[in-house]
Amino acid sequence: MFNYCADPSLIEGLQWLSCYITTPKHMSFYLSFGVVLLLIALAAPIAMGFGFAGAVASRSQRLGFRLLGHGYLAMIRGVPDIVFFLFIPIALDQAFEYLRHQLLCPDVTAPIRQGNDFVVCSAAKLPLSTADQWVHEIYGFALALLAFGVVFGAFAGNVLAGAMAAVPKAQLETGEAFGMTQRQIFRRILLPQMWIYALPGLSNLWMILIKATPLLFLLGIEDIVYWARELGGLKTNAFTYPHPDWRAWYFAVLMVFYLSLTYVSQSILDWITHRLSHGQATMAGKG
Amino acid sequence: MKKVLLSAMVAAFIAGPAMAETVRMGTEGAYPPYNFINDNGQVDGFEREVGDELCKRANLDCVWVVNEWDSIIPNLVSGNYDTIIAGMSITAERDEVIDFTQDYFPPSPSVYMSLSGASVDLKGGVIAAQTSTIQASYVADSGATLVEFATPEETVAAVKNGEADAVLADGDYLNPIIAESNGALANAGEVSIGGGVGMGIRESDGALKAKMDKAITSMKADGSLNTLIKKWFGDDANTF
Repeated sequence: MFNYCADPSLIEGLQWLSCYITTPKHMSFYLSFGVVLLLIALAAPIAMGFGFAGAVASRSQRLGFRLLGHGYLAMIRGVPDIVFFLFIPIALDQAFEYLRHQLLCPDVTAPIRQGNDFVVCSAAKLPLSTADQWVHEIYGFALALLAFGVVFGAFAGNVLAGAMAAVPKAQLETGEAFGMTQRQIFRRILLPQMWIYALPGLSNLWMILIKATPLLFLLGIEDIVYWARELGGLKTNAFTYPHPDWRAWYFAVLMVFYLSLTYVSQSILDWITHRLSHGQATMAGKG
Repeated sequence: MKKVLLSAMVAAFIAGPAMAETVRMGTEGAYPPYNFINDNGQVDGFEREVGDELCKRANLDCVWVVNEWDSIIPNLVSGNYDTIIAGMSITAERDEVIDFTQDYFPPSPSVYMSLSGASVDLKGGVIAAQTSTIQASYVADSGATLVEFATPEETVAAVKNGEADAVLADGDYLNPIIAESNGALANAGEVSIGGGVGMGIRESDGALKAKMDKAITSMKADGSLNTLIKKWFGDDANTF
């Protein structure tokens, strides 16, 4: 980074530190903060999408949809998250590769499952072995994102279903009295009013989502926890910048990051709650 | 719209250029001097140099992938990468799940490391080791209480903060740590366990195994492997 960094063994103090914290490895650490923020920013809407679909399905008039919705909400909420985080990306990955294998290599007769091995033809690999590392990383990130969306979607779905049930029935009946269709009632009366009931549950979920991001490393994505552990660990003279075990400092940085993130989120959520409570016949809405 | 989406999906499934042979090398990146992530964020160490040389000789295009030690075998068999080159000793237990090439690093002793001056009961005390290593199963069989950690780093930290009386790991990993501890840590005994270190390859991937075996043989024959061993492990290291 700086000219004087050419031989780190000769410099010390602040100069050494300034070289140390600007190594390419540290840059990957700083970049991974962006990855975590991106994951939260993308996972939240995806989870809301899954959740909304699940909630609507579980309230559907048709038995098939209702079973599907209830099944989704109950199954994901009942199984430990970590199982799903490990299962969904691997299952999806193998499912995609299996499909591609059937499509692309119909003439390969060797079985895909050979003992412990999962073997698809090299053209069916996803991403291809020849693809650049960043393609592999984006693919891994997308799978992780989907896993977060599915898991958190189930929780959001339950919150939304509860919020829909909390809207006073008299209001919906009034809608019917005015001759609105079910669809119109849903859009004009139920949907705008459910959010205030959903907000406490959703804000909880948002906080849990923020705190769940270290699970990323389980899925092979080098997130901030991975880099903090990797950078903070004891470094012998095999490294350019040897140092003792500094993990406590790195994890302190993570703590500050997560606490600021949750603090800012809480402030914003408080403001939204205040706005949505306006004019509602609730304790919060009286003001 | 639906048709567009569908054809895009089909295209995504079918697309793909012709293959040049690319081999993805899986490593842990946390076990110096075997393999570690250097300050440039790249995989470095003895195995990086050996791996690159083997690929050159076998005429393969190699890409390095970092994976947690815990899941390094499952991710090999499910095809996320094609080899494990991570200081993995050849054992009968692992050989049931994956195949190994011939060893590219000869057997070398494992070391118990404890705080200096502490008297450690190696057969009855609390000994730390990394999960799924030959050292962990050795400690479990020795009668000592085994505490396992996911990374080598944590096993060393456990000894420093008193959680474990000693750690058992490859001497090549612990010796530099002992040497640079200013006398705070000490060698509390050595044992010889395990065979040499080999490259892990899927059992269904005999062609790659043959290529790597041939390249290792040629590196052994012209002495270049011994040169690399001496470079990374010192002049006293066992060679071929």
